[in-house]
Amino acid sequence: MSLTVDSVETVAGRQVPVEVNGLQTVPFAGVGVQRPQGHKVGPPLRTCADYPADGDKRVEAGGDMVAGLKQALEQAGLRDGMTVSTHHHFRNGDLVGNALFDAAKQLGVKDLRWFPSASFPCHEHLLQYLDDGTIHHIEGSMNGPLGDYCSRGKMRGLGVLRSHGGRYQSVQDGEVHIDIAVLAAPTADAFGNATGDRGPSACGLLGFGLADSQYADHVILVTDNLVPFPCHPWQIQGQNVDQVVVVDKVGLAERIVSGTTRVTRSPDRLLIAEYIARFVRDSGIMRQGFSFQAGAGGITLAFAMFLKEFMKEAGITASFVRGGSNQVLVEMLEEGLTPFILDGQTFDLEGVRSMRDNGGHVNTSPFTSYNYHGKGNFASMVDVVVLGATEVDVDFNANVVTHSDGRLLHGIGGWQNCLFAGCTILAVPSVRDRIPVVLESVTTMVGPGELIDVIATERGLCINPARQDLVEAARGCSVPILAIHDLKKQIDQLCGGTVAPPRLGAEFVAAIKWVDGSVIDAVRCVES
Amino acid sequence: MESTSEERMHQSGRRGERVRGDVWMAWQESDQALQLRLQSKLESMYGERTRAQLLAWCAAAGLTRGVLEVEDQGAYPLVLRARFEALMQQALADPGLRLDPEPSLAASIPPVERQRARRSRLYLPGNEVKYMVNAALHQPDAVILDLEDSVAPAAKADARALVRHALHTLDFGDCERMVRINQGAMGLEDLAYLADAPFHLLLLPKVESAAQVQEVDTLLGDRDVLLMPILESARGVLHAAEIAAASARNVALTLGLEDLTADLGVVKTAAGNESLFARNFVLHAAKAAGLQAIDSVYGDIDDEDGLRASIREAKALGFEGKGCVHPRQIRVVHEEFAPSPAEIERACAIARAFDAAAAQGLGVVSLGSKMIDPPVVKRALTVVEQALRAGLLAADWRTADSSAAD
Repeated sequence: MSLTVDSVETVAGRQVPVEVNGLQTVPFAGVGVQRPQGHKVGPPLRTCADYPADGDKRVEAGGDMVAGLKQALEQAGLRDGMTVSTHHHFRNGDLVGNALFDAAKQLGVKDLRWFPSASFPCHEHLLQYLDDGTIHHIEGSMNGPLGDYCSRGKMRGLGVLRSHGGRYQSVQDGEVHIDIAVLAAPTADAFGNATGDRGPSACGLLGFGLADSQYADHVILVTDNLVPFPCHPWQIQGQNVDQVVVVDKVGLAERIVSGTTRVTRSPDRLLIAEYIARFVRDSGIMRQGFSFQAGAGGITLAFAMFLKEFMKEAGITASFVRGGSNQVLVEMLEEGLTPFILDGQTFDLEGVRSMRDNGGHVNTSPFTSYNYHGKGNFASMVDVVVLGATEVDVDFNANVVTHSDGRLLHGIGGWQNCLFAGCTILAVPSVRDRIPVVLESVTTMVGPGELIDVIATERGLCINPARQDLVEAARGCSVPILAIHDLKKQIDQLCGGTVAPPRLGAEFVAAIKWVDGSVIDAVRCVES
Repeated sequence: MESTSEERMHQSGRRGERVRGDVWMAWQESDQALQLRLQSKLESMYGERTRAQLLAWCAAAGLTRGVLEVEDQGAYPLVLRARFEALMQQALADPGLRLDPEPSLAASIPPVERQRARRSRLYLPGNEVKYMVNAALHQPDAVILDLEDSVAPAAKADARALVRHALHTLDFGDCERMVRINQGAMGLEDLAYLADAPFHLLLLPKVESAAQVQEVDTLLGDRDVLLMPILESARGVLHAAEIAAASARNVALTLGLEDLTADLGVVKTAAGNESLFARNFVLHAAKAAGLQAIDSVYGDIDDEDGLRASIREAKALGFEGKGCVHPRQIRVVHEEFAPSPAEIERACAIARAFDAAAAQGLGVVSLGSKMIDPPVVKRALTVVEQALRAGLLAADWRTADSSAAD
């Protein structure tokens, strides 16, 4: 059931709902304008006298995840209308999200708000619980079937999409109160110290569950690799953990590598990747001691491969690179092209191995990298970041959550937070099967054009005219540079004229948060 | 394409879960007034436009009855036109039916040029538009829209229409536009079909005699089109000299090693000893007739080292180009065919000496105390030209101190 509510216009001219799931919204007012006052929230006071003195917080269960979680959730006092959270470090191999609601269903609890750090196609299993009322709505990036369900207006309550940093921000300023966090942990001790870099189901790190462990009223840890106390080094501290559930299998690590984490083989996409690497080299961004980040997605991974070769040719080393880590970044670390990977999530098993074995592969979290309420963060210190997008427009605004038909199909991830890098490059094919990627106006504004510096396509690079320094630096660059209006004209001619905007219903189905907690845009119902 | 006389159902294009950027169309004969059933992945964007277009084309073609079924998986307008053209030819039993093409996306088409570089030629399957659209962005010297081996027998008519519309509409930039037609009578039909399509060169497959080339030459009439015969059999190889001399349109000879090795009854190996004679023989026939000798393709797209070795060997034998089956091979081909810095430096010195001799009205070119023979001068000028084209030599090299640019 989608909601028809009053809307208000943001400073960027987008209509957003005045209220989201009962909370009054702050419409996006511009980059860096929103400066909330007050204090961060805190978790409830607890007393160690209420916890086992021997440190053993295990829930008695026989290894079955649903049975174990049912017992833990019952003890935790799960009841109707609560907010339960999970992290997504297993990506499409997550098992906890589905088991959590299987258990909730068995307990007969209704109207839960799920607050995952992201969902994946493996969570299609949860559609039944949206239908039967176990889940009221989802606040978190929705990929695949859940996004489609939400787009069709079938979810009660509005979906709320936040960046990784925005999720931390929303917890810290009290916008989202997590009642119970259920966190998958590839290795843990009975006290609740836990890490993601070891164990048969190692997934690398656990940073996306960090806020949940610190701020939730109740924290349940799920592990399939219980080690004797102390589990050290730990990524989650046992002092924040209420219960430990030991199960047979906590997640499918082999499914961490998903479609967005493989290097592309498409000639056009490889060309885009090569263009970007050449631009970074020729414009002087690639200099001794520089830093970069390449997001998930085939093109950006290929970019890292090209850049690596250029760095070797020029004898240049970085001061740090930011992950999502993958095989290419690990090679750079091991070959001495960078002393550090500051990693937020591992995109493949090479990343997991390196995170465990290499001291230069540093465990970071949305708190260190992205959080709006941090006293600075790493993402803005990066010289150049390469990201993907589903659409861009002639004002350099970009969309990463909906497709051109208006359907919600992707999450934001760290994408918004990364826009604060010194040079933000969006790598996009100019057209996808007659769907133009460069539009007059994006279907959903997720990133404002003032933060997007270069749009890179197989037809060449468009530099934001607001970045005259980059325009100057790109003179003599060995890559075609063209005006974005010229690019749009080329694509429109190929596609047979300007594309009609998608036909959407009047009802809002999801709100898109900006990094500061304001609402930058909203997603409307797709007509069936 | 299929049709049966009883059911009178005709179809064109492609369908299925894996098809993207294409369209499938079928027309079922009936006595009822025309019905259009369009299913489009891009309904919300282009549905109305596509529906109106299809009905207008039906009206223009005089199709008033039956059921027209269309499954659009995001086909570009030029593909819609090509598929409709192929369908209507069957439905109306009118092989001469043509749809006007979409406006050209190319600002201009380069002129026909006998002596241009043909280092890389990128094969593009003739029934698959997705590789054609951006082919020029990868900057091969030539693109080959292929109607022959990369097109399934049942899709030949579809491919003809698609290649025709692609040539009219797509921007192939500075690339030489080549078309590989089928062999024999089907190839002559291909040629007739492309009568109004802009291209520069025809690749003639499996040529075994001069007469085959002369037949195509005659059919081309006064069209300004060049020819590149492909020799793919023992008989063709042995007739290379007469084939090379068969038409003034000939600019190059090349080989097809898959068919040749099959004809010889040998296994095609990486070392290529089994075809060494054929390659050398064809190369000599080409050079003797003043034509370029162009090598076959290197099929393993993942083996860059193998490709480099193969190009080096071809270049050492005297070949001037290589076929490419993937855009990523183009850069490698250009790098390997490019003259080395030492070659460029020497060529520039000879070319400057040539200029100086010409300015003084001398018939003999000398460098230092050494006289330079005319063929050496000619080769040096070719190297300078290649270096300029490859961006390895600055345009002002004549006046610059250093001849070889970085």
